[in-house]
Amino acid sequence: MLKDITIGQHFPGNSPVHNLDARLKIVITVLFVVVMFMSTNFPGLILSAVFVLTMYKLSGIPLKMLKKSIKPLLPLIFFTVVLNLFFITGEVPLIKIGALEIYMEAVIFCIVMISRILLLICGTSLLTYTTSTIALTDGLEALMKPLNKINFPVHEMAMMMTIALRFIPTLIEETEKIMNAQKSRGALLDSGTFMDRIKALVPILVPLFISAFRRAEELATAMECRCYHGGEGRTRLRQLKITKDDIRYTVVCMVFFAVILSMKIFFKRVI
Amino acid sequence: MSVMLSAENVWFRYSQEGDWALKGIDLQVEKGEFVAILGSNGCGKSTLAKLFNAILVPEKGDIIVEGINTKEEEKLLDIRQKVGMVFQNPDNQIVATVVEEDVAFALENMGVPPQEIRTRIDEAMQSAGIYKHREKGPHQLSGGQKQRVAIAGIIAMRPDCIVLDEPTAMLDPYGRESVINTVKKLNKEYGITVVLITHYMTEAAQADRVVVMTKGKIEKMGTPKEIFSQVDYMQSLALDVPQTSALAHELNKHGFDLSTQAISIDECAAQLYKLLEE
Repeated sequence: MLKDITIGQHFPGNSPVHNLDARLKIVITVLFVVVMFMSTNFPGLILSAVFVLTMYKLSGIPLKMLKKSIKPLLPLIFFTVVLNLFFITGEVPLIKIGALEIYMEAVIFCIVMISRILLLICGTSLLTYTTSTIALTDGLEALMKPLNKINFPVHEMAMMMTIALRFIPTLIEETEKIMNAQKSRGALLDSGTFMDRIKALVPILVPLFISAFRRAEELATAMECRCYHGGEGRTRLRQLKITKDDIRYTVVCMVFFAVILSMKIFFKRVI
Repeated sequence: MSVMLSAENVWFRYSQEGDWALKGIDLQVEKGEFVAILGSNGCGKSTLAKLFNAILVPEKGDIIVEGINTKEEEKLLDIRQKVGMVFQNPDNQIVATVVEEDVAFALENMGVPPQEIRTRIDEAMQSAGIYKHREKGPHQLSGGQKQRVAIAGIIAMRPDCIVLDEPTAMLDPYGRESVINTVKKLNKEYGITVVLITHYMTEAAQADRVVVMTKGKIEKMGTPKEIFSQVDYMQSLALDVPQTSALAHELNKHGFDLSTQAISIDECAAQLYKLLEE
């Protein structure tokens, strides 16, 4: 069950998406998020979907992964949709169920909402799927470097992120182990009322936290043993270098984004 | 031969009023030697390991690493580069999400230029036998492979000595064998000094010298043959001996005359064969 969470996982490969400079990839992803929030019409959304699918095709990440990354978020999406469906009012009710009325506007809003959320998740997970966490944090570190001037601990932040991402699969595995251990002692994790289930989480979270602290201490010692002493004087195995190809791909993405945004001019906003 | 590591009357405790974890350790490890440290839980062997690369500093006495006292704080990075350390849990010592980037971690910290990092990590990964996994994530590897990644990360620093703190305790028999073979290769082919802390007698039997610790003291030192032939004595310390020594010991109790010094399986088999022929 927990193995389905794919956020933060990396699938090594050798595609144009993989090889794109991490800094540019981060910038493109951020712009993509902005574009997604600004596109409010169907043609724009369809183009965005085409963009995301093309990127997946290019990167060679199996579409199966998409399904996996969406799955854990389905309850959230469902919740938003149901709420919006009943609370948005319009002119003419489409269906009437007792005191509840569903309007056309609400339906359209929901469709836009779902596609936006899905595209956002898929688009942004592509960043972590195709970028190794070190490249990712290197990229972030490089982009945030100007903040060093105001004494912002850029390197430390980047290191924290790397370690957090590195330990996601490990901790997920561990959670599963603890859950099985508690289940085998008779813990009821999947039944009972909502409150019962929340309470049943305590015997899972406590050992998980304790072991995470122990891991942290061991990892810190291991890092010290390998001469870690902060960001000062550190070099990198992979040097960030922007190639001609990088620029070409970035320009293509920018043009695509511009096209998506320009749809605003030609089409009426639907929400 | 020159001395790689030396502990001179080392006393250590974790808190000011606490019990001593180490009580006057004197130990010298020669360059190129393969030393195994044995001892039951809580005898201070892991503490001693951490003293060797200045993770801990002795309260009394000195630890000297190739002429450098570990109390000299400004030499800390030199000491850690000379004495690499591998821990028990492979998961808790891998920092990066891709094997080759983890192997490069130490070199990045040391500020080695990128081109040189590349050649050094390729070398290190080849000698640890994980080169073909270099682009995988650590979660895709088995325990033995992960532990060899950790070893590669250490040998990329080109240390003169590696201290391994129960590196095989969490591995299956195959992983254990692959790790020990890697360690032996590093010792024999590259001349790296090895200090191996272990619970497994078969591993200790492959060392040049065995050190037995109890309650923060060194109890006995000698070649594996000398140590493991004293079966009763080892058992009185709640320690095992290799099965071959134990077998000879049991047979001797029933009136046979076998040497408990035959600690390798071949030696033991030859001995038994001779006995059966007579």
